Amino acid sequence: MIDINIQLAIENLLARYVHAIDDDRLEEWPQFFSTTGRYRITTLENHKQGLPLCMVQADSPAMMRDRIAALRHANIYEAQGYRHTVSSTLVKPLGDKAFEAISNFTATRIMHDGATLLFATGRYVDRISGGAELLFDDKLVILDSRRIDTLLAIPL
Amino acid sequence: MKAAAAVREWPVEGLARVPYWVYQDAALYAKEQKKIFRGPTWNFLCLAAELPEPNSWRTSNIGDMPVVVTRDADGELAAFENRCAHRGALLCLKPCGKAKDIACVYHNWTYDLKGNLQGVAFRRGIKGSGGMPADARPESNAPAKVRIENYHGLVFGTLADDTPSVETYLGPDVAAKVKRVMKAPVKSLGGYSQMVPSNWKLYMENVKDTYHASLLHLFFTTFRINRLSQKGGVIVGGDGGCHVSYTISDPASQQKNAGDEYEKAGMRSASDGFALEAPELIESVEEIGDGVTVQIVGIFPGFVLQQIKNCLAVRRIVPRGLNETELLWTAFGYDDDTEKLTALRLRQSNLIGPAGFISMEDGAATGFVQRGVIAAGERDAVVEMGGRTVESNESRVTETSVRGFWQAWRRHIGI
Repeated sequence: MIDINIQLAIENLLARYVHAIDDDRLEEWPQFFSTTGRYRITTLENHKQGLPLCMVQADSPAMMRDRIAALRHANIYEAQGYRHTVSSTLVKPLGDKAFEAISNFTATRIMHDGATLLFATGRYVDRISGGAELLFDDKLVILDSRRIDTLLAIPL
Repeated sequence: MKAAAAVREWPVEGLARVPYWVYQDAALYAKEQKKIFRGPTWNFLCLAAELPEPNSWRTSNIGDMPVVVTRDADGELAAFENRCAHRGALLCLKPCGKAKDIACVYHNWTYDLKGNLQGVAFRRGIKGSGGMPADARPESNAPAKVRIENYHGLVFGTLADDTPSVETYLGPDVAAKVKRVMKAPVKSLGGYSQMVPSNWKLYMENVKDTYHASLLHLFFTTFRINRLSQKGGVIVGGDGGCHVSYTISDPASQQKNAGDEYEKAGMRSASDGFALEAPELIESVEEIGDGVTVQIVGIFPGFVLQQIKNCLAVRRIVPRGLNETELLWTAFGYDDDTEKLTALRLRQSNLIGPAGFISMEDGAATGFVQRGVIAAGERDAVVEMGGRTVESNESRVTETSVRGFWQAWRRHIGI
């Protein structure tokens, strides 16, 4: 069994992560990653076939900050937000203060006019490390569906 | 719903106008399926590279019609309607699979990989009772055969006998630009799709609208990937329905203040305060040697071949009803790409798709039109940038290829 404190710390990281996104504190999003952290969104179809294409691929926190800057200042999309639910987090130790955590997630998208849609479901496959402060070294979002409604602007 | 398509009349201004009812008419949608998608047009089905193995199949579409594309034991490609001759059930239920033959799950009627009906379960009954009459000809209701052409690795299908060859359909100028990208064997890097909340034609017009690219998409403009003041142009080919737009890298236009028409006009997309912290996102290498950094090929009715820097992709546009369109993307590279080049293509893929820095807006923008014109069916869009005719042009401040699209569309529909 995994140490209960580790389990709680990882679930707490995941909770803080989704609250930052859902509360539109997107500038905080890259801060959940280590300095060499990576973030990708792919589909189960690509993942199963070993095809490397991602919808989003940020190889560094700098690329994540660029994406948020683009969302704030460049890209055009209608006002919208998400509500995430994360559950069933399975934690596996990978070595000294390093862990793999696989979680289920759903993200509901709420448009400015009230239209509410079950926007995305899938798994987070995370590599996490750290002592007092846990951070993502790698976060792979595997979408169950290959099909996105209209656009995917805000990170999942 | 609106009145039948037959009573519609095109505005007297001709190609310089697009009446908004073309996006709203259910009868017209049905007519498009018959006259355009199932008519004398070439419909992109898949990359030949997406069927690399003998005895494999993929599902695709010709408009609303579900289609199976196969590669048989001899490596030959074929395509046919994804519909059983018996009750009409889908034959293939997944995006792709491997099989020597195809069996309908409903009553186990079987087909070879060319779509020929091979077996009818219990055709002669059991122990002399049941079964089909001796003179029954279930083959007569077989799925429609699709004529295909593997054009430099792009598999196109048509249901009409009189569709000219793909090369003729494209015209020599557009064909040359397709071959420019499909110059060597390719491999799929993966795919995804997005639902666009508009009629399919609005997305295809968006692809052909060179005027919008650097005005809607800030990413292009700020980093001077594509400004209308950069060198480039539009080629219109075939009967107007095929086009190429391109941008040529010009060191002079990379200079700050060079081509600052956007800043002078105070346009939103000229925002200057935005710089990339990780510019490797748009780092690219010259592959083809002609300096063309962006080339978009749009082929009537619903296919796009895209080179944006080193990011290569095909887009298949599938109508999913009057107000919805599915846009299916497949990114690809060449078989002999180095790991480094593959990594470059994958990183640049941040520019495309539903989350792409330069393409996320397109699906939304066509939806804004669909919603905006809902009560304006009797009004027209004005399409007069670059004149009122259809011709190739060295300026991209033009809607010439949008007019070309409508020229082809009207000829097929007979309006």
